[in-house]
Amino acid sequence: MRVTFTVNGRQQEADDVWEGESLLYVLRERMGLPGSKNACEQGECGSCTVRLDGVPVCSCLVAAGQVEGRDVVTVEGLADYAKQRAEHGGCASGACGSSGTSIDAAKQWQAKPGESTELSPIQQAFIDAGAVQCGFCTPGLLVAADELLERNDSPSDADIREALSGNLCRCTGYEKILDAVRLAAARGENQTAGQGA
Amino acid sequence: MAGVTRTPTNLTQGGKTKAGIGESTLRPDGTLKVTGEFAYSSDMWHEDMLWGQTLRSTVAHAEIKSIDISEAVAMPGVYAVLTYDDLPSEVKNYGLEIQDTPVLAHKKVRHHGEPVALVAADHPETARRAAAKIKIDYVELPLITDEASAVAPDAVLVHENRDDHHIGHVPHPNIVHRQPIIRGDADAAARRADVIVKGEYTFGMQDQAFLGPESGLAVPAEDGGVDLYVATQWLHSDLKQIAPVLGLPEEKVRMTLSGVGGAFGGREDISMQIHACLLALRTGKPVKIVYNRFESFFGHVHRHPAKLYYEHGATKDGKLTHMKCKIVLDGGAYASASPAVVGNASSLSVGPYVIDDVDIEAIALYTNNPPCGAMRGFGAVQACFAYEAQMDKLADKLGLDRVEFRQLNAMEQGTIMPTGQPVDSPAPVAELLRRVKAMPLPPERQWESSEGADVRQLPGGLSNTTHGEGVVRGIGYAVGIKNVGFSEGFDDYSTAKVRMEVINGEPVATVHTAMAEVGQGGVTVHAQIARTELGVQQVTIHPADTQVGSAGSTSASRQTYVTGGAVKNSCEAVREKVLEIGRRKFGSYHPAWATAELLLEDGKVITDGGEVLANIVDVLEDEAVELELEWRHRPTEAFDLHTGQGNGHVQYSFAAHRAVVEVDTELGLVKVIELAVAQDVGKALNPLSVVGQIQGGTTQGLGVAVMEEIIVDPKTAKVRNPSFTDYLIPTILDTPTIPVDVLELADEHAPYGLRGIGEAPTLSSTPAVLAAIRNATGLELNKTPVRPEHLTGTQ
Repeated sequence: MRVTFTVNGRQQEADDVWEGESLLYVLRERMGLPGSKNACEQGECGSCTVRLDGVPVCSCLVAAGQVEGRDVVTVEGLADYAKQRAEHGGCASGACGSSGTSIDAAKQWQAKPGESTELSPIQQAFIDAGAVQCGFCTPGLLVAADELLERNDSPSDADIREALSGNLCRCTGYEKILDAVRLAAARGENQTAGQGA
Repeated sequence: MAGVTRTPTNLTQGGKTKAGIGESTLRPDGTLKVTGEFAYSSDMWHEDMLWGQTLRSTVAHAEIKSIDISEAVAMPGVYAVLTYDDLPSEVKNYGLEIQDTPVLAHKKVRHHGEPVALVAADHPETARRAAAKIKIDYVELPLITDEASAVAPDAVLVHENRDDHHIGHVPHPNIVHRQPIIRGDADAAARRADVIVKGEYTFGMQDQAFLGPESGLAVPAEDGGVDLYVATQWLHSDLKQIAPVLGLPEEKVRMTLSGVGGAFGGREDISMQIHACLLALRTGKPVKIVYNRFESFFGHVHRHPAKLYYEHGATKDGKLTHMKCKIVLDGGAYASASPAVVGNASSLSVGPYVIDDVDIEAIALYTNNPPCGAMRGFGAVQACFAYEAQMDKLADKLGLDRVEFRQLNAMEQGTIMPTGQPVDSPAPVAELLRRVKAMPLPPERQWESSEGADVRQLPGGLSNTTHGEGVVRGIGYAVGIKNVGFSEGFDDYSTAKVRMEVINGEPVATVHTAMAEVGQGGVTVHAQIARTELGVQQVTIHPADTQVGSAGSTSASRQTYVTGGAVKNSCEAVREKVLEIGRRKFGSYHPAWATAELLLEDGKVITDGGEVLANIVDVLEDEAVELELEWRHRPTEAFDLHTGQGNGHVQYSFAAHRAVVEVDTELGLVKVIELAVAQDVGKALNPLSVVGQIQGGTTQGLGVAVMEEIIVDPKTAKVRNPSFTDYLIPTILDTPTIPVDVLELADEHAPYGLRGIGEAPTLSSTPAVLAAIRNATGLELNKTPVRPEHLTGTQ
């Protein structure tokens, strides 16, 4: 089957998709977006977390066909997503009441890999706080943490733990991840966009 | 390699980063990892590539009567189906120390999940379905599942016709290796004891549970060889095992390290490497294999489950008299790292204490359980769980404070190990205990807030099972000792190639090693070392591959010590070459070129007095200096096979924990409130990474204390919980605050005085949590992990 949906602001099409394929498989293997990680394929680890119409979901548990016509944000689009949110009064998606990014605006999106990558506050905070070791859990945690800060700009530790409890990390013992979310919250959305290390 | 996308790239750090050793420099791969650009082994892609799938045994011990691949081969989209009969070389087994592991099963399977056949197809689901169509006729054999069945008079042999170098000294062919350690006279010393404590302890099978599953891409090359992109802990060890079974010389198997999603010992052994190469060479197409989580539980070895039998004695005034122990490790169906785990378990079985009279025996069994091998802590973890429980029992029996009793018997620099090896660097065991005890305790009834009980802070959490009723606090302490580096006479070297040149008017260093960066931050530290030694800002870390000499394994807490040492050594040699060039060009302008000790700092050649002699840019001009050198730490010796005597270890590493737990005694639910750590790290090359390692190791110890265990059915030897739904690792809600107190007492034998740090915190975390739960409940709890039924008496 053919599936058409918006990924990081750009319309994408995938052909010859099997009915059994997950959104995660289509992102990774058909759209060249392997940032979302496959670590358990049963919704236990959160490594594949993406925003689907603003809602954080395990993309391994979403059938590709369910995404037809909908809006997906992955870790690859997170910096741009956060930037647009900061520029548009705290909302970049339908999750907070607006109609989301316009297709015209979204089509401007370009991946910007490399040294001068502009990062979202939560991405920069993960680097600065030492929250990244092997990094396999990082994409999912970033998407989940960014969503937390979108709805709660000064979360308590218990709030952070609750929001990130669906994301397994095997390297850090989570302390530096807590530090990173606290840091991003303290810096706030206005102090955005650091430069990559 | 043309056509391969998302291959590992250089990591360059410069510009605003000046930091050398001792600074919390940020990771050079951090930006790639937070943007999703970092190329993990499961992200490799090649146009036209096929997907490989492994068919694994559904029974634990059986003869294979027949394999019928006809239906699988006939499926559209299937390019190859391989069994044992298709192996191209005379060499059909591999293994870290003993080559006892078949690439594909031959006539027999010895454990649940053993690879039997391989499929390559154009879609992963086609490959899975084709594998499911392969028909295997098994005739089941009797099972060996524990020590009693392994050494029974009529026991079936897991491996017939053993000819490895351990068979001559083991009491039974179902024992992989046995290491006794005898020192002093334990029986005579026992007669001096006023109290004697005996205990029997059980340690469950733990999984490394790295998040990035086994994966990689094999690309057949025009020269008949293969290029392999893979996640591993030691490229050159893999290479030595891969090339012979492919029937290729090592230079035709070119390996590059892809992004590694954690390791913790689980990538020391071969997983999909050989299988992907076989399929690629057979089909002539690139083949990618990615295990799912289910397969990952069968795709790597686990931590040895263990039975430990301990006897300690002490005098009334609290001095330990003797220790006797027997440690039985279940190695499962293949040897993997079992012999070395036995060496560690026996030589570290006393723990960080002074006991002159010991009688120690450690063995690893061959059974039909899943193969076990390396995991963070490597034999020392199981022993620490047992000896620390013994210490509490002894202190209680003597009426002494548990921490003071440990301090009274703590080893220190100069102590002789049970192997006869003197501890010749700082061993601040009593001080670590003092520090961890001195940390402030979390407040009582910490769940109470102005709005009532916050159930998220209570056992049971959002299940809302208590608001504090039936909840009891407990506090426990533990301390441990881990060796650093490969022991027992192993030639444990590393290699570093360092290049220095001027690029765009700036001096730049490039560091090329085969070190597996598995998340620990070795790449960060290498750049810091290069900056410190070469006075540059910009450092490029070349991807790890087999085009440079071996770095040894990323295990045994050894990489910062050994490959860090190799990078330092190569940098020093490069610096000497640069200074030679400088002397040649500018020596006549200033006498200090000949007389002073010269350094490279901030892009300049300076004297040890700080006088600037030249810019590095002017010294080098168009010249590049490049050296590839091996580096070795001081040698070790094998342990005597009868007495266990020998200077077997390179260095020791110590950590102490204090656990604070709250237990819902009615439901048997445990919430760990805090796990405080004190650790001596010698020298923290990167303090941020050091603390991250300590917290991560601590959390893995917490996991095996209260939740993590691979359940193997004793009747079938089959794994019952191969998923993250049924094998639980700590979430952010299960993991407490982990305050860390870092002590830096230099080891004069090690580069910069550093001490390997990755494993020690995994040791004492588990017994500290167990001690705290015992303290809260008054139960004996001789098994880990502790489950609710152990606390409520319902099992």
